Parts: sequence; structure tokens; C-alpha cells
Amino acid sequence: MHPTQLEISRRDLLISSAATVAAIGIAGGAAAQASRNEMAYTTKLTFTVNEEGRELDVDNRTTLLDALREHLHLTGTKKGCDHGQCGACTVIIDGRRINSCLTLAIMHEGDAITTIEGLGKPDDLHPMQAAFVKHDGFQCGYCTPGQICSSVAMLAEIQANIPSHVTDNLNAEVAITPVEIRERMSGNICRCGAYSNIVDAIIEVAGTKA
Amino acid sequence: MRPFTYERASSIEAAAKVAASNSQAKFIAGGTNLLDLMKLEIETPAHLIDVNDLGLDKIEATSEGGLRIGALVRNTDLAADETVRRDYGLLSRALVAGASGQLRNKATTAGNLLQRTRCPYFYDTNQPCNKRQPGSGCSAIGGFSRQHAVIGTSDACIATHPSDMAVALRTLDATIESVKGDGSRRSIPIADLHRLPGDTPEIETVLEPGEFITAVLLPRPLGGKHIYRKVRDRASYAFALVSVGAVIQPDGTGRVAVGGIAHKPWRVEAADTELPNGARATSRVLLADARSTGQNRFKIDLVERTLGAVIAAAKG
Ligand SMILES: Cc1cc2nc3c(=O)[nH]c(=O)nc-3n(C[C@H](O)[C@H](O)[C@H](O)COP(=O)(O)OP(=O)(O)OC[C@H]3O[C@@H](n4cnc5c(N)ncnc54)[C@H](O)[C@@H]3O)c2cc1C
Ligand code: SF4
Repeated sequence: MHPTQLEISRRDLLISSAATVAAIGIAGGAAAQASRNEMAYTTKLTFTVNEEGRELDVDNRTTLLDALREHLHLTGTKKGCDHGQCGACTVIIDGRRINSCLTLAIMHEGDAITTIEGLGKPDDLHPMQAAFVKHDGFQCGYCTPGQICSSVAMLAEIQANIPSHVTDNLNAEVAITPVEIRERMSGNICRCGAYSNIVDAIIEVAGTKA
Repeated sequence: MRPFTYERASSIEAAAKVAASNSQAKFIAGGTNLLDLMKLEIETPAHLIDVNDLGLDKIEATSEGGLRIGALVRNTDLAADETVRRDYGLLSRALVAGASGQLRNKATTAGNLLQRTRCPYFYDTNQPCNKRQPGSGCSAIGGFSRQHAVIGTSDACIATHPSDMAVALRTLDATIESVKGDGSRRSIPIADLHRLPGDTPEIETVLEPGEFITAVLLPRPLGGKHIYRKVRDRASYAFALVSVGAVIQPDGTGRVAVGGIAHKPWRVEAADTELPNGARATSRVLLADARSTGQNRFKIDLVERTLGAVIAAAKG
């Protein structure tokens, strides 16, 4: 193994910043510490969240989900399993739904992110939000932001003719059917079991769109 | 998660070079498998090389009449590609049978091939596991092994490879293109990419340290009926217990690979020739050396039955 510039261990950095402290005193030490962090374990990033430019300086380990919740205080996006299994953390990036728990914030430099807060406001609901309320598409509500973000992007996927596991003919236009919707929403788990009302809500929105 | 440094690779060669010279470095593509494992400290890279900006997200025709799929093409885009749907339907079918819409939007072609096993003991850091910690023992042998492999296993590991896409690529005889740390390129037939566990279950592929996958090549289309049949504990969003990927011609000849039963997508070319003789004859050759733990014996029957359903569907 050849040591490279990238392999500087945390220990080496601590040793070198300690040496700097000894040589140039406390102020210099603080500066060295800041640059250590910047160079190694934290990263500055800018992206757009709900059409607003945001700038962050985060620990490289920060998931997009934690950046949204803990740094930007957009707590609408929920942390369920934190392992991509439940869908509560679903957000929309450049039009596509993803699990924000399984991606690093620093991998989204320059991206446009939409969270549940960006889809609509209490006095100006997105049609999907309104339909979930109308059809009682939830009980406890914890999975709901993820369900709604997922369903909005999911309908766009059908419109873009992306096939699913239940699509009969791969070479025909994909139809919006309850079976298609159920299959495509399987990445969003609802422990209250509000599934049938969720499907009703989505069908209503799909119907008014078509 | 352990701390790590991060860079966005600016070229394929630079990415491979850094990775080959730093045993602590890992590529990150969609991140859906790597980050999952990093959270549990099963993977502990000290440096991440983000390979998302290398322009490897294209699907192009090859001069041989096949397709060249960039390593970073997302699973959603590959499944939705018009040519893939028309000429390699098996691949579309396998992709959309895996994971969820959200995950497929992130997951990449190379990342999918290199995803690690879903053996629950591999994930449980309190239990011995030779794959996670070489030499510590295999908890699945003598433990809960219902979902484990029935063929190609060893006394060190009985894990399965979880990818659906890889089963389709094995059926289609895809080739993996890669770049090594010294800049040299090579092509690896999919049959040779994944290893059986043997005494070193922690080594899962023939890729060298730092070797970077740039593309997956598909040969000319085969025609015939393309069928992917996945059997799992729930109808969606679950890994396969058994899956069968097949291309079957009108005369009943064809080829078949099976997922969920081995450390790699399982294909035995001699079994292909038995397809016209039916599911029993084919699975007898496919599973000639099968060895179950008892708990997973059902998979041996399930392969035959799933294959039977696939052969029937091809006639229908
Ligand atoms: C809840 C859940 C359910 C799932 N269900 C299924 C399922 O039913 N079927 C299925 O098949 N899969 C399933 N998956 C797995 C999913 O398909 C994989 O996580 C995904 O395909 C990995 O791709 P990625 O790009 O995110 O890989 P990453 O996580 O980015 O990388 C995976 C590995 O590949 C390496 N790598 C990535 N790109 C390259 C490259 N170009 N060259 C060399 N090395 C590279 C990385 O270093 C890493 O070791 C599921 C995942 C989750 C979380
Ligand atoms: S089967 Fe393999 S992955 Fe699972 S516990 Fe045994 S050694 Fe580990």
C-alpha cells in the first residue's frame, strides 16, 4: 500500500495540527484545525431545496435525510428505518424520487431537491396532499410525507412510460391502473395499513390529470 | 459510520489509480448498498471516490449489433430503455422485479452487480461471519438458513448473491469492461465475474483491488421469449427465494440462469440443452451437486417448479 495524499489518517492530521499549535500558538492551532476539517472530513456544499438556494458545511457522513432534518430543520421528511426499506424519507431530486437516507448530502452538490414542504403549504395544498386528506390516506401520518412525495414522482414515472413488475407488455404505453400503482408504491410501507385509501387518493389525482 | 474523506473522480483512470493505491478507498455510485453497510460499519472505507460524474450513463449500440451499457446507468433507465425492452426484455423484467422505484432510481449497473449478500448474519455484527470477518466462522451453517444457497457452497459460507439483474445478464452472456489501477483495460465474461465462496468468501469477484467497471456489454439479441420469474415471500419489494431468467425459442430450445440459490447467478450450459426435455430434466443438470441445509431444501423443488412455470409461459 503506497501512502498517498488521500491516505492521511486522522491521527497524522491531529499530530500535525498539534505540532502547529506548539509552534504558532493557540490561534494558529484553531486555523489548522478548521482546515483539517475542511480538507478531510467535512465538505461545503450548495444545493436548492424547495426552490431556495442553501449552503451547508457538513460532516461527510451526513445523509441527505439528516441534512434536511437536522441542518435545515425541514422535519417533514421522516426517518423510519434509515436503511432504504420503508420509504418514509422519500424526496424528489430533479424530478425523481429517491430514499434520502441512502445518499450522502455531499453527493448532491447543485441538485434541486423537493421535500413535502416544497410540494404544497397548508393553505395551498398540492393536489396529492389534498387527495390524501380527502381519502384518509393515513392514520398516524408518519409515512405520509414519503407516500406523497413518492406518489407524485411515481405518476410522473408512469407518464414517462417507465415499466414496472406488473406491466404486461413492455413495448406498449404503461397504463395507470390500481395494480400498477400498488406495485410502484411498494417501496413505501404504512404500518397503519392505510394502503387502500392511499391508492384511492392517487387514482383520483391521476384521473384528474389524465 | 466511520469518518471518511471524499472526492469526486475527474476521470476513469484517476479513479482506478487512487483506488488501487489506497486499500481503504471505495467507489461510491448510487450508494444504496455501500451506505447501508457503512452505517452498520460492515464496510469501513476511509476514503470515498464518487464516480457519478464520469459520463458513464449512456446506453449505446455496439458495432457487433449488441449494446454497451455504461456502468453508471441507473436501474430505472436501463429497464425503461426502448432497445432493452424490445430486444432484451429479460433484463428489463429482472430489473423491475428488484428493490423499489426509489432504489432503482439511484442504483447503478455496476453497483447492482457488486452488491453484497443479504445473509442476515453478514448484517448482524454480533455474530460470527467469515465473509464479514474472515476466520470467525459461519453462523448460517447450523443457524437459520432458509434463504441460503443450495449449490456451490463451501464449509466457510453458504450465502447467496442477491441481484436480480445479474441473473438476466448471466442468461444473456454479458461481458464486463473494466479499468485497472495501472490504466490497463480488460473484458470479463459475466460467468467469471463472481466467485464461489470456497475458503475466502470475503473475496466475491475476480476484480482486482481498485479495478473499476466502466460498462456492461450485451451481445446481439437472441430473439425468443424473455421471461424472468421471481419467487419471494411477498409479491413486491423482497429479495428472491428463487428466480429464473430464461430466453426460450419457439422450438423449445433456449438458455436459463437461476438466482437465489448460489453465491453467483447460477447457470450450467449443459442444462440449457435439456430445456426441450422439460423442467425436471433441466433442473436435474442445473442442480446436480446441490446440497441443502434442510431448512432450504425447498429451494431445490422450487427451482424445478419455477422452471416448469417458465417453460409453460414460453409456450403460452
Ligand atoms: C431495501 C432494499 C431492497 C432491495 N431489493 C433488491 C432486490 O429485490 N433485488 C436486487 O437485485 N437488489 C435489491 N436491492 C439492492 C440494490 O439493487 C442495490 O443496492 C443497488 O443495485 C446497488 O447499486 P448502487 O449503485 O447503489 O451501488 P453502491 O452502493 O454505490 O455500490 C455497491 C458496491 O459496488 C462498488 N461499485 C459501484 N460502482 C462501481 C464501479 N463502476 N466499478 C467498481 N465498483 C463499483 C462500490 O464500491 C460498492 O462496493 C435492494 C436494496 C435495498 C436497500
Ligand atoms: S453464509 Fe456467508 S455471509 Fe452468511 S454468516 Fe455464513 S459466512 Fe457469513
